[in-house]
Amino acid sequence: MNIIETSGLGKRYGRTWALRECTSAIPEGHLTALVGPNGAGKTTLLHLLVGLINATTGTATVLGGRPVGSRAALDGIAFVAQDTPVYTSLSAANIVRVARNLNRDFDPPYARARLEELDIPLDKKAAHLSGGQRAQLALTMALARRPRLLVLDEPLAALDPLARHDFMATVLAAMSEDGLSVLLSSHVLAELERVADYLVLMTRGQVRVADTVEDLLASHRVLTGPTAAADRLARELGVIQDRRAEAQAHLLVRGSGPGDPVPPGWEAHPVSMEELVLAYLRAESAAVPQASSSARPTTPMGVAR
Amino acid sequence: MTALTLDAKPGDPGSMPRALPWRRMVLVTWLQHRGALIGVVAVLATVAAYLGIMGVLIHHAWDMSLHCRPVTAAACVAQGNSFSEQWHSGATIAFPLQLLPALIGAFVGAPVLAREMETGTFRYSWTQGFGRTRWIIAKLALIGALLALIAAAFGVLVNWYFGPFDAGGQLIPLDPRIFDLEGLAFPGWVLAAFAIGAFAGLAIRRVVPAMATTMAVVGGLGLAAGLYLRQHYLPPLVMASVNGPSQVDWVLGSWYTGRGGQVLNWYVVNQACPGPGPGNSSPGAGPQCLPQHGITQWWSYQPPSRYWPFQGIEGGALLALTVLLIAATIWLVHRKAA
Repeated sequence: MNIIETSGLGKRYGRTWALRECTSAIPEGHLTALVGPNGAGKTTLLHLLVGLINATTGTATVLGGRPVGSRAALDGIAFVAQDTPVYTSLSAANIVRVARNLNRDFDPPYARARLEELDIPLDKKAAHLSGGQRAQLALTMALARRPRLLVLDEPLAALDPLARHDFMATVLAAMSEDGLSVLLSSHVLAELERVADYLVLMTRGQVRVADTVEDLLASHRVLTGPTAAADRLARELGVIQDRRAEAQAHLLVRGSGPGDPVPPGWEAHPVSMEELVLAYLRAESAAVPQASSSARPTTPMGVAR
Repeated sequence: MTALTLDAKPGDPGSMPRALPWRRMVLVTWLQHRGALIGVVAVLATVAAYLGIMGVLIHHAWDMSLHCRPVTAAACVAQGNSFSEQWHSGATIAFPLQLLPALIGAFVGAPVLAREMETGTFRYSWTQGFGRTRWIIAKLALIGALLALIAAAFGVLVNWYFGPFDAGGQLIPLDPRIFDLEGLAFPGWVLAAFAIGAFAGLAIRRVVPAMATTMAVVGGLGLAAGLYLRQHYLPPLVMASVNGPSQVDWVLGSWYTGRGGQVLNWYVVNQACPGPGPGNSSPGAGPQCLPQHGITQWWSYQPPSRYWPFQGIEGGALLALTVLLIAATIWLVHRKAA
């Protein structure tokens, strides 16, 4: 089952397209990292998926075919917006009571137990909580809804390293306990590298890459060889990043898998996720048409243009 | 496979689960807005206590002076004077009361959506299972109904408080200072102010500017109604008289015509009958002067019998404005204008 499916999804603000031609399908059960530079359209995509805004073009469904924003979709998705907003004038205990009344399957004992575990006082107004505590409170309210899809917009941005670790630990624990799917946007790559198993990369309003991390790492490699032979090789292969020195050239290429033959005179090295993401971001920011075309899908689920 | 997963969730018949019951919004609304609501109730209760205590004294003084016999006795004159003194303190309360609808609109209406927009919590509230459209309908209906009830009760109290002044001739029933604090008009103003506040909060998305805008709009509307609009709710009655309408009529204007029916300006009238200003034909040339010169004095006025029709017109118009603004607010939230 696809937890998220979009088809030709687009959102225009005035004359600017914040999101264009987004067609993708993300299967259930993944922790999907939505990465991209600021202004790439990550938040717009998330807001469309949780039903906060309406699409200008295209369609989107969640949880296996439920239209976004429908009652059935709202019931199964929990969203934590950027800067983790909570009702600052209410105490944590009352925030739990509000959440219980606004949702079908909200689990107050879980919420209270979890807040106690996190040392978040129930009687204190949320305005007096620290940024990390507020983020944890917002996450707890989302998890206590027992959602099937948890959507988090830049949850780590405002947190210190320890709070980031705690936050992600909570998310991962919920994933293993409840089997929920997570879609998380971020431009902090380092924290995601270890936990995300699905990657969606966006730049300038468009999805460039969408695949499991495993497949992406397997299908990309760095070829190191003589600069003199680089041009010929680059024409044959889909080059994402091309770094050349006097004698040696490093080409980040996209192939079909680890079984790809290595051209004679060249060495193949695996890439890390961070390397891969940065390469795609650089390629896009260079705005070379060739760079875009190299990101064309080689798998059906790969990339939407 | 898909269908199986869809049905796996308890309480989820088919693809469209049943909506959560409306009553769940009572606690939500109360928890989020109790500060403002308690504030309104506290202020109105304080004012009501004052009006209640003073009202009893005023009614007592009025009854005493009404039943005092013989009316010319020194004690009765003193009684009458003491009632007249009550009037001075009684009338001054009307001015601060005029601010109540604007304050309620600013402090209760404006924050309902402006605070959610300003702090970003609308992204939380609008993605909960209850659904954003039903969420805003429930909130506005609950708070609006509560305000209407409180305001209606308050209007009855104000009616009673000013009753002796109506009877004693200090006030006419249509007096602009109190007309909109009573009857149907007061709940109308409170509801309209609340709706203006809620709409401004959604449009402006910041609490303090939305509050300021609400106060300005409600204040401006109140002034416009009192100074210009209300006198035209029904066409004014016109009468020709030297002495003018009775004391309980709301006099809107006066003018003079000559023999041929042409309107005379005040300068011409003063030439013929020196001394009198408009509405005062003595002590200058005497009351017979104007008829002797063929001059007729005309008056336009609203009679006190129009008190309830006017209350109905003003209350109804404000209710219509309220419904319009609330509907616009709900529609904007529904169609995801945020």
